[in-house]
Amino acid sequence: MGTSLDVLNHEMVPDHQIMGEEEVADLLATYHITLEQLPKIYHDDPAVKTIGGEVGNVIRIIRDSRTAGRAEAYRLVVKRPKK
Amino acid sequence: MTSPKRVGRIEFGLFSPKEIRKMSVRKIIWADTYDDDGFPYPQGLMDLNLGVIDPGLRCKTCDQKAADCPGHFGHIELAKPVIHVGYTRLIRKLLRVTCRSCSRLLMTSEEVEKIIGHEDSELAGEIVSEKDIKKERVCPHCGEQQLKINFEKPTTFSEVFVEDGRKVEHKLTPADIRARLERIPDDDLRALGVNPDVARPEWTILTVLPVPPVTMRPSIILENGQRSEDDLTHKLVDIIRINQRFKENQDAGAPQLIIEDLWELLQYHVTTYLDNEVAGCPPARHRSGRPLKTLSQRLKGKEGRFRGSLSGKRVNFSARTVISPDPNLSIGEVGIPLAIANEMTLPIRVTQFNLEEMRQYILNGPERPTIRSPCGANYAIRPDNRRMRLSEANLETVAEMIEPGWTVERQLKDNDIVLFNRQPSLHRMSIMAHRVVVMDGKTFRLNPAVCPPYNADFDGDEMNLHIPQTEEARAEAEILVSVSSNILSPRTGGPIIGGIHDHISGIFLLTHTVRHFSKEETLYLTQHLDIEHLPEPDRMDENGNPLWTNKQVFSLVLPDDLNMVFKASSCQNCETCRREMCENDAFVRIINGNLISGTIDKKGIGAFDGQILHRIIRQHGMKRAARFIDDVTKLSIRGIMLEGFSFGIDDEDLTRTEYGQIDEVLNTAISDVDRRIKIYNEGQLEPMPGRTLEETLEMQIMQVLGKARDRTGEIAGRHLGMDNSAVVMAVSGARGSMLNLTQMAGCLGQQSVRGERIMRGYEDRTLPHFRRNERGAEAHGFITNSYKSGLSPTEFFFHAIGGREGLVDTAVRTSQSGYLQRRMINALQDLKVAYDGTVRTTGGRIIQFRYGEDGTDPGRSSYGAPVDVKGIVESVLKEEVK
Repeated sequence: MGTSLDVLNHEMVPDHQIMGEEEVADLLATYHITLEQLPKIYHDDPAVKTIGGEVGNVIRIIRDSRTAGRAEAYRLVVKRPKK
Repeated sequence: MTSPKRVGRIEFGLFSPKEIRKMSVRKIIWADTYDDDGFPYPQGLMDLNLGVIDPGLRCKTCDQKAADCPGHFGHIELAKPVIHVGYTRLIRKLLRVTCRSCSRLLMTSEEVEKIIGHEDSELAGEIVSEKDIKKERVCPHCGEQQLKINFEKPTTFSEVFVEDGRKVEHKLTPADIRARLERIPDDDLRALGVNPDVARPEWTILTVLPVPPVTMRPSIILENGQRSEDDLTHKLVDIIRINQRFKENQDAGAPQLIIEDLWELLQYHVTTYLDNEVAGCPPARHRSGRPLKTLSQRLKGKEGRFRGSLSGKRVNFSARTVISPDPNLSIGEVGIPLAIANEMTLPIRVTQFNLEEMRQYILNGPERPTIRSPCGANYAIRPDNRRMRLSEANLETVAEMIEPGWTVERQLKDNDIVLFNRQPSLHRMSIMAHRVVVMDGKTFRLNPAVCPPYNADFDGDEMNLHIPQTEEARAEAEILVSVSSNILSPRTGGPIIGGIHDHISGIFLLTHTVRHFSKEETLYLTQHLDIEHLPEPDRMDENGNPLWTNKQVFSLVLPDDLNMVFKASSCQNCETCRREMCENDAFVRIINGNLISGTIDKKGIGAFDGQILHRIIRQHGMKRAARFIDDVTKLSIRGIMLEGFSFGIDDEDLTRTEYGQIDEVLNTAISDVDRRIKIYNEGQLEPMPGRTLEETLEMQIMQVLGKARDRTGEIAGRHLGMDNSAVVMAVSGARGSMLNLTQMAGCLGQQSVRGERIMRGYEDRTLPHFRRNERGAEAHGFITNSYKSGLSPTEFFFHAIGGREGLVDTAVRTSQSGYLQRRMINALQDLKVAYDGTVRTTGGRIIQFRYGEDGTDPGRSSYGAPVDVKGIVESVLKEEVK
């Protein structure tokens, strides 16, 4: 391996956080949804790997938004299907 | 309604020969269709067991009439198996991954497990692919040396083995392949992602061919009484013929060579029957030379079953004709020819409240003689849903009969709401709801201000009209789709409907600098406006007659409390702005609805960037904005007619002085180019950083010639002032630019291909008129002439080269963006914004947690921002806000 790069430090990569179980329950309740109705992110996504996300975790992504200034999105970590 | 059954599961698989025989109602052996009496041959392709298409006959299988019998499959027993073209890739894969002797997967069970894993392990769901198997290895199960499998399109498979150091290809017959596929164990197939319960691989090699029911390949009877068969029937005839010959030869013990030829022929016919556009296979043709439309062609592509028949919708209650302009219509109206209004109807239920009105419609009858006459009705529908066509003969009887519960199909009349559309319908403003104005003539009429959203012009464009048939549809059209609710584009958040072309020239001519109008002129200008009285006159002339300024006239169409300050299109962006003292009168200042200074042009009222329009929408709403556009279009047309506006060839004339100056500029530029070429040839040229010598020279030349062209434009522009129509159009932003004017009056300039001078052509030169390796301006497409003076032959040729590039670019761009749009719409069409502000799919899955991240509807925003802060501050301060 050469030099390792922390993708989280790249300016184009937004902030990723793993959400706690309670937070997830709150999230699902506010939107009246099941876990499956969340947007997905692959388990081998470089940012997910760096913060140690596991399949089944929900990731909070905080972005700078051109329209809203700051925008939050939530994604469920899923396994990447082969091909 | 249809039954509320739910589709639980769909299974995809292959038909086994057994299943094909089981569903077949008849074995087909005769290639003929009908006998001399026009009766189908038994066991022929039109056998009565396969369903009936001729009225009067009954199906022998289900005993139903032509209209009710769905048709039934038959089958053909093939003399020898043939490959199904649709599965050649699967066959190739299976041949390459299985053993040629024992047909097991060419992997040990440990190797397989490594890839697909045990059930419920990490890797569950994975399948073995062709890449996982090493080439030409030895079978781990029986030790057989494997051979390379070659596949040649469309359906030829062969094994390659080495004999005396030479490669020899041995062809595999479909029967050989079938035998190999038959032996592949079920478990190995599962590892390969094939479910053997529904799709055994040997079923991809056909031994028996299903014959589709006659209902899906009906024959048609031509005018001369001859029958013309469907393409599929033609192809099936070919297959049966060859199959029959094949069988006979086989039974007679014909030599191997002939058998092989016939086998290949049978394969060809079956292949083209399934797909007539396979690579490496000449398409089967009709006698006329037209390629046959076989099974795959019926399904594929834009006109195929899926895109053409299932997702494609055709409608009634629609009309289409050429469009033409009418500036006296409101933007929310559309002019409909009487002939169309008489033909199109909308249903009205008869109630005790409208009984008399309906009776009158019926008495008026189906023929409305003039646009002033009251509208009639074409049909009356009885409570039992029987339709009665109204005609002169039955008007009075029907009028007496109607009572609540009936429905009357009334003709279109003024103020009905209709949907108006122009293709390509690229955005939602391509379909808008208008109100009907019945008119004479044969074209749809619309206000030119609504051309931008439809992207319409009047060079022969046609548009479509649809009549909503229910109260709900009409209400929805009025509230969501009306023109006035679509003035703001959801793309930019700015107005998309507004003045164009003559509206802008007209309002520019009207408002430019301060002028005075007599009472007659003022009334002429304002006669179509809805105003009660004129304002106080600005001053009196020497005879004591009142005079009004042009700015006062324009102010009449503005809302009383409008306050804004902005710079017009004609603003030159001077270093220091002289504001109200601007010499171009480009500083627009509106206080309390009065135009104090400045010229109204594209920046004020134009579609896309009309600032006054935008401000009125924000502060007074869509209704007022629609009225403003109506008023401005009418006023500006009067304004342009007051003075007259035209452009002719002599408007491009310059004086001898200017022509002399232009010649001088061009000659200096050309000799400057020659000087730089000389420097280059002497090797004295300094290359620019990161460029070669040639590139440096080219850039310098382009720069010198570009400047020269601009200089001629300046010279021409100095002579052509505001009295020139083209200048007025360019300055006001109505149409054209100063560059267009330069090219007409001054010099056309450098022609280019891909941003470079023209280099292509003959060996070392562009045209035989020049010396080889000549680098001068004229030799590479610099045009010194103008459109007015006319191009020399070489210049004309270079101009054509440059022009062609533009045409090719547009052609490529439209096809690419069309496909991009199609894919995007397919991906997004079912998304909607839920009540909680999230964007969701139909399954409730979230795409965005907040629409656009800020929850703002761009169609109700001010250029994307939720609040127009600048506009509000400006209105209060009545001053320009930076």
